[in-house]
Amino acid sequence: MSFLIFLPLGLIGLLGLALAAGAADSVMYGHGLLIAAFAAIGVFWIIGRNGDTGGPAKAVPGGVNYNDAIVRAGVVATTFWGVVGFTVGLVIALQLAFPVLNFDLPWTNFGRLRPLHTSAVVFAFGGNALLMTSFHVVQRTCQARIAGGWAPWFVFWGYQLFIVMAATGYVLGVTQSKEYAEPEWYVDLWLTVVWVVYLLVFLGTLWRRKEPHIYVANWFYLAFIVTIAMLHIVNNLTVPVSLTSTKSYVLFSGVQDALTQWWYGHNAVGFFLTAGFLGIMYYYVPKQAERPVYSYRLSIVHFWSLIFLYIWAGPHHLHYTALPDWAQTLGMTFSVMLWMPSWGGMINGLMTLSGAWDKLRTDPILRLLAISVAFYGMSTFEGPLMSIKAVNGLSHYTDWTIGHVHSGALGWVGMVSFGAIYYLAPRMYGSERLYSLRLVSVHFWLATVGIVLYAASMWVSGIMQGLMWRAYDALGFLEYSFAETVDAMHPFYVIRALGGLLYVTGALVMAWNVYRTTQGRIRDERPYEPAPAASQPAPAE
Amino acid sequence: MQTTGTTFEQVAMFAETWGLAYLVILFACVLIYAFRPGAKKKFQDAAQIPFKED
Repeated sequence: MSFLIFLPLGLIGLLGLALAAGAADSVMYGHGLLIAAFAAIGVFWIIGRNGDTGGPAKAVPGGVNYNDAIVRAGVVATTFWGVVGFTVGLVIALQLAFPVLNFDLPWTNFGRLRPLHTSAVVFAFGGNALLMTSFHVVQRTCQARIAGGWAPWFVFWGYQLFIVMAATGYVLGVTQSKEYAEPEWYVDLWLTVVWVVYLLVFLGTLWRRKEPHIYVANWFYLAFIVTIAMLHIVNNLTVPVSLTSTKSYVLFSGVQDALTQWWYGHNAVGFFLTAGFLGIMYYYVPKQAERPVYSYRLSIVHFWSLIFLYIWAGPHHLHYTALPDWAQTLGMTFSVMLWMPSWGGMINGLMTLSGAWDKLRTDPILRLLAISVAFYGMSTFEGPLMSIKAVNGLSHYTDWTIGHVHSGALGWVGMVSFGAIYYLAPRMYGSERLYSLRLVSVHFWLATVGIVLYAASMWVSGIMQGLMWRAYDALGFLEYSFAETVDAMHPFYVIRALGGLLYVTGALVMAWNVYRTTQGRIRDERPYEPAPAASQPAPAE
Repeated sequence: MQTTGTTFEQVAMFAETWGLAYLVILFACVLIYAFRPGAKKKFQDAAQIPFKED
């Protein structure tokens, strides 16, 4: 084992100690010590593994020596952060319905817990799902072991450190107040380092591939990694107050800052929550359905049209603001055009089941994957609709937006990730099969009913809110005070919280199922009847 | 009044002409790449990649 690996860890440890020693505030002191502890634990962890970067050291005869240990770590982390993120979401949903649950404490206030929820579900749960699946898919479709020795482990653990620093910072009041980009400058820099290593690991694995063609899922993952790097760096250009202070000031101001923020914000949706998860769809849907993707050609057109169009759509978040009118119209036009690649992708995903629809009856994992693609279609229909200025005038700043985001996040991102976790858990842990397929079905229904309650209540609440805001009486006065609209939304907030409770319960059922699977247990249950006619994989178009 | 350097109008003009042409031509190349008849076999094989190894 090369001892050179300890050099960067030693430098990271010294950097952490220096930050703690010179800390201008208590959060920087804590985070400095956390960074130092990360490096120290990392040294012992590497020594403890004695050169084992994951998987057997010798090549399997006739096979590839895959690193499955990193995927196993991803299964655990994704499940864990999913439960945490959904639970915080339930808490803040209950806070909106019953404000007394803020407890009048700064740390438990909605304003601090809301970014904790969004970052936990998007970056902790979603991000780990992407790390887990990309590390699995790139190895399998390239038929090569993941590149970089310890580097993928640095990506995995470094990403967890980013999450912990971001989350503890929010609760203690450290934020740069940019939506979905709340972490302060030093946490952003840490993520940049982690992300560059991630890119190198991914490219290195592609470089090693035995398969001449790069499978389409990898294109989506690569677009996700490269674009997120660009978005993250540009949107987080800030000037720190000092090198040992948590506080920084954003480089841009006014409408330039707003446009940069929503260029980032919408492409976080487009490239993190869409392109990356389409990578999941293009590998796990064919695998679980045991059929090749409906049209490989369509997948190529889907890829290029999606990335050509998405990058321009951000200004639709700034309709009727100080942003120049042409830029608003540009954002709207590109958002409407996005209908086509989005639906092309949805059709490609769903039609992969063509000729195998009967499997939905007997395979609850495939059911999760199929409904996720259906939700992808629904939310990518609703999004362009809401980007149209006339519609946006009603929908913007209301709960309709919240409902839209959650039909995409709970429906598309959540369900496709659950499908991938259920696919990977038995295979990566060497179990014969999942602990229980019946519990997958229970999870499916809990999550689906939860989403229906969530999206439906937010539609009603949001449209009602928008209509109440714009209601004038005969004399031209506003018909309702703001507090009256809040009062009218109360029942819908309670329904939404109920939907969230079902979704969290489903995630807990999944955690139990995954835990038992990792132990190699199999539940004694009534099996699903296999499909009557064996279906042959259809030739690709 | 700005007399030297690049103005907003110049950047916008470039984007509206050469920028637009560049992206449209690039996308046309993608379509040709995807739909050229000779690639049918290649893409059929590519779609089978996930089933080659477990």
